Amino acid sequence: MLEQCEGSHAVAQAVALSRPEVICAYPISPQTHIVEGLGQLVKSGDLTNCEFINVESEFAALSVAIGASAAGARSYTATASQGLLFMAEAVYNASGLGLPIVMTVANRAIGAPINIWNDHTDSMSMRDAGWLQIFAETNQEALDLHIQAFKIAEELSLPVMVCMDGFILTHAYERIDMPDQAQVDKFLPPYEPRQVLDPNEPVTIGAMVGPEAFTEVRYLAHAKQMQALDLIPQIAAEFKQLFGRDSGGLIKTYQTEDADTIVIAMGSVLGTIKDTVDDLRAQGVKVGVLGITSYRPFPISAIRDATAKAKRIVVIEKCFAVGIGGIVSRDVRSAVRNRPQPVLTVVAGLGGRAITKASVHKLLQDAIADKLELLTFLDLDWGIVNRVLEREKTQRRSGPIAEGVLRDMGTVASKVAG
Amino acid sequence: MFQLRIHGRGGQGVVTGAEMMSIAAFLGGRHAQAFPSFGSERTGAPVVAFCRMDDKEIRLREPIMQPDAIIIQDPTLLHQVDVFGGLKKDGYILINTTRSFGEMGLGDFVKGFRPERLLTVPATELAKKHVGRPVPNMPLLGAFAALSGLISLTAVQSAIDQKFSGAVAKGNQAAAKEAYDIVMEHAKNVQETQHA
Repeated sequence: MLEQCEGSHAVAQAVALSRPEVICAYPISPQTHIVEGLGQLVKSGDLTNCEFINVESEFAALSVAIGASAAGARSYTATASQGLLFMAEAVYNASGLGLPIVMTVANRAIGAPINIWNDHTDSMSMRDAGWLQIFAETNQEALDLHIQAFKIAEELSLPVMVCMDGFILTHAYERIDMPDQAQVDKFLPPYEPRQVLDPNEPVTIGAMVGPEAFTEVRYLAHAKQMQALDLIPQIAAEFKQLFGRDSGGLIKTYQTEDADTIVIAMGSVLGTIKDTVDDLRAQGVKVGVLGITSYRPFPISAIRDATAKAKRIVVIEKCFAVGIGGIVSRDVRSAVRNRPQPVLTVVAGLGGRAITKASVHKLLQDAIADKLELLTFLDLDWGIVNRVLEREKTQRRSGPIAEGVLRDMGTVASKVAG
Repeated sequence: MFQLRIHGRGGQGVVTGAEMMSIAAFLGGRHAQAFPSFGSERTGAPVVAFCRMDDKEIRLREPIMQPDAIIIQDPTLLHQVDVFGGLKKDGYILINTTRSFGEMGLGDFVKGFRPERLLTVPATELAKKHVGRPVPNMPLLGAFAALSGLISLTAVQSAIDQKFSGAVAKGNQAAAKEAYDIVMEHAKNVQETQHA
């Protein structure tokens, strides 16, 4: 049924429709509304056969999910930013043990400097932790991906992180089509664990593995993610058949067939980029967009095929690896290796800075004119940066950088725009 | 696409106002997107929220920098925040106040705007009268429905029913209705004056 609601509400409903048996969470912005919503559904009796466990930290949240999942329960949690870092050890354990937990990451920057706004630094920090990572473009897709995530996770016996842009999606009201329980039940069968802590058939989970077998166990984790490259599109196709919507899959393309320039990005910024592409297309510029839905496993072949005819690739990413540059673009480079097309990195939207159509438009014009450098920071204020660098040269006690930048800008209160 | 920006202070229901606007637009069969300015807001601090409406899916995610309409829930912001930033010349301005544009010192500023798109309503007073609390967002929604015709009063009333219940819903509906009627009456008078 169509409704107009907040992204967090849509996700809470989708998780509830997936019949989780254990939900454990610790509140952190911008994820909070999701677990609040689920808490209410459990308390009101709308979500039955589900235990909602308040925990004392994010580390505990995921640890409880690990225990619950090992005992055979469909388990869910959600977090963001520092919360994800605080549960880092358990993140590796959940995947290493092969437990199909689904976790929402309401993407948010990581401090210091402390910042509650959106970028992708948090989930990127866990990109090599063995979880699948899928990114939502809209609230409809966030809703759909959660339902698909349980199926993917349980099929593979691996945990799945559903990443959605904090605030931009979690706090946005938009139109969504909410499936009913019967439809979801038809798509998502009850959880049938590959491994379970059952007193009647006792096993241990979490053995110590020495050098004789560690590589094999780790390789099997990789092999499973490679299986996911086939499974994810298959489940998206099943989903489409039942629900009639294109959601999920490995990648999505828009106007890429004849494009000289292909922009690659993940998450909600794809909408703004598509609008910009429409404007440029109207002027006769051959540009297209490729959205990466599955970041882990990374769809090397799909990206390689979809970009085969492009002259250049521009990767707009909401994160970067300090000391080297792009993260997503580095993965894209490995997908298009041995090809002459340049892969240009654009770091944008850090800590909630708005990615505007005007900035993307100018950026793409520069790219098309071959004026874009290999690494660009969108809308970077060079005046402020140079002022700080100059101060550091001339003054030994130049003071804390963040405070200095704020003082130079005359910032009284943080603002995104307006 | 129609883009609207609401300025107010934490505690005045600014974000809720934008959300309800989007629900009313949705009930009218349109696509709508509402979102806050994502600050770490506190009671009394300046707050901004946005709402877009269109007949097709809305993909754009940037903040609204060139709005077609501005709603100001607290006139004391006029001297603190660039509330009119980027407003289009044929845009709508709706301010919660008992005073006129001239009395607020905006007479010169609004020259060149279309007078039938400029409006002040005593939304706080209406809220106090009907809801018992100075929360002006729902009467402003009612006034905006009348001013712009983009959302209907019926849709506003239904949106209120979705979000609130009991006396709070009834009070807000009454406040929105009275604001709507004031604006319609005002528009009729303006028209009659123009014809005279």
